[in-house]
Amino acid sequence: METTTKARGLSEKKKTALSAYLFISPFFILFAIFGLFPMVFSFYLSFFRWDGLSPMTYIGVRNFELIFTDPVFFSSILNTFIIGLMGTLPQIFIGILLAFALNSTLIRYRNTFRTFVFLPYITSIVAVAIIFGVVFNNQPFGFANYILSTFDIGPIRWNAEYWPVKFAIATMVFWRWVGYNTIIFLAGMQSIPKELYEAAKIDGATVGQQIRLITLPMLKPIVMFVVFTATIGSFQLFTEPLIFLGRGLREEGITMVAYLWRDAFVYNSFGTASAAAIVLFFIIIAITAINLLITNRLGRSKKIG
Amino acid sequence: MAKESKEVGSSKFSYQKFFVYLFLISGSLISLFPFYYMFVMATRLNREINQVPPPFAPGANLVENFQKVLSSIDFFGAMWNSFIVASSVTVGTLFLCSLAGYTFAKLDFKGKNILFALILVTMMVPPQLGLIPQYYIITALGWLNDFRAIIVPGLINAFGIFWMRQYISSSVPDEIIEAARIDGCSHFRIYWNISVPMILPAFATLGIIVFMHVWNDFLWPLVVLRDPTMHTLQVALRALNDARQMDYGMIMSGTFWATVPLIIVFLLFNRLFIQSLSEGAVKS
Repeated sequence: METTTKARGLSEKKKTALSAYLFISPFFILFAIFGLFPMVFSFYLSFFRWDGLSPMTYIGVRNFELIFTDPVFFSSILNTFIIGLMGTLPQIFIGILLAFALNSTLIRYRNTFRTFVFLPYITSIVAVAIIFGVVFNNQPFGFANYILSTFDIGPIRWNAEYWPVKFAIATMVFWRWVGYNTIIFLAGMQSIPKELYEAAKIDGATVGQQIRLITLPMLKPIVMFVVFTATIGSFQLFTEPLIFLGRGLREEGITMVAYLWRDAFVYNSFGTASAAAIVLFFIIIAITAINLLITNRLGRSKKIG
Repeated sequence: MAKESKEVGSSKFSYQKFFVYLFLISGSLISLFPFYYMFVMATRLNREINQVPPPFAPGANLVENFQKVLSSIDFFGAMWNSFIVASSVTVGTLFLCSLAGYTFAKLDFKGKNILFALILVTMMVPPQLGLIPQYYIITALGWLNDFRAIIVPGLINAFGIFWMRQYISSSVPDEIIEAARIDGCSHFRIYWNISVPMILPAFATLGIIVFMHVWNDFLWPLVVLRDPTMHTLQVALRALNDARQMDYGMIMSGTFWATVPLIIVFLLFNRLFIQSLSEGAVKS
């Protein structure tokens, strides 16, 4: 408001521009302070030893040497990829199938089913991790172990063995997100013109052919979007391992963000934590580039085909 | 609709119908079972849960378990904290995003496209990368254990600006803005008195997305809210879960009562919720 009074003598165009800059400035100011500066400062900090209290000391690339000689760091990278894949791929597959079923003209109570499937997404990740922490309890009374015992399989130490840890965490990710992605796929499917299916039916296409030849190609941009967000989400995986494994964060289940959080806020080693953040940054850039490349490639082949 | 279902309901397709139902019902059961199991355990004593086989039907200790929760964490205090933080971020975000969205949709100025592209680029950067310096800034500002530590950075929302721009450019006519301008209205007044009333549905949509996001956020509140009296619900639940003595009945009770309000709100506004969240995703 002040600017407009001050700018009374200015031309209409200048007044508009002044108001515009004023209106969008909060985002840029806040982002500069809490987004851009921290990122740049992370690079700086990764060359220093710092416990959060005493003055920082410059130690060159020592932090990077430390994390690259730490086998747990490599485990955290590998775990992030493995759990990401285990949680995401089935999600996309089942999500598309569920969306197709929900979109089917054969069924009634569509809204009820949709609500049920979507419900896990409302739940906080902390709650999900706590609930599944009991489902995947190490003891024989844990739900998963009890079910297995009816098949004569002995109790599994879910939070301490290599694959069981990953399976348990991936299940949490899958359960919370599959409904959300289903709804997105469903929204995408509903935007596909009905005439296409009718024409296919007249030509005698089976349901399988309809999915393969109409639904999936038309759904491609949505699938890309879901893959993209799921990838970014996988790299942010933190809450599930922390709640499930406790602050000790065993090597079998630690993720990259959990690794850098533990270095900083449990071990007070902010330098190595920053170095880990930098490595994570470059991995994410690489994965994003690959993602974009594949998206472009697929987009182009569609045009040629 | 009725005609259609009659057509496809013919005997030829019924086995397909059966599989579609089977698939949806098993999907729903998998979705719902953890909620039920959580309720069962919230009504049971720890020693009952530790039996083999574990209980599958609700017990009688619903109230007792919740009393234990109340004696180990400040449950309602934490819920109130979550509410304060989530509401503040939602109101602030709606204001800033709609104002910026209005600017990008309706005003002409130098560098508009570049600035908008810059905002979109910031969406690609995961916030965890700057976690440590962010913590450092919050400490330097003296905002540790202060809700401002969550509210102020929470106002950065590139997606919200993008979303509001899309909505405003299609739902606020240029003629009205021009007419108001000729009548001597300031840009802010046009935004506040003319545009805002026209975009209330977009406020509902974005508001739901933002509120849920802040309510469920965990990592950042965990880092900056150390003092138990400042804990949000998610951080308090984690503290409950981290206690030495694992009392599953109590932990599940806390989790259950923390989840119920959200489920009730969701069931009341179920359509708006689902529409908001899927629209938000499909548009971007």
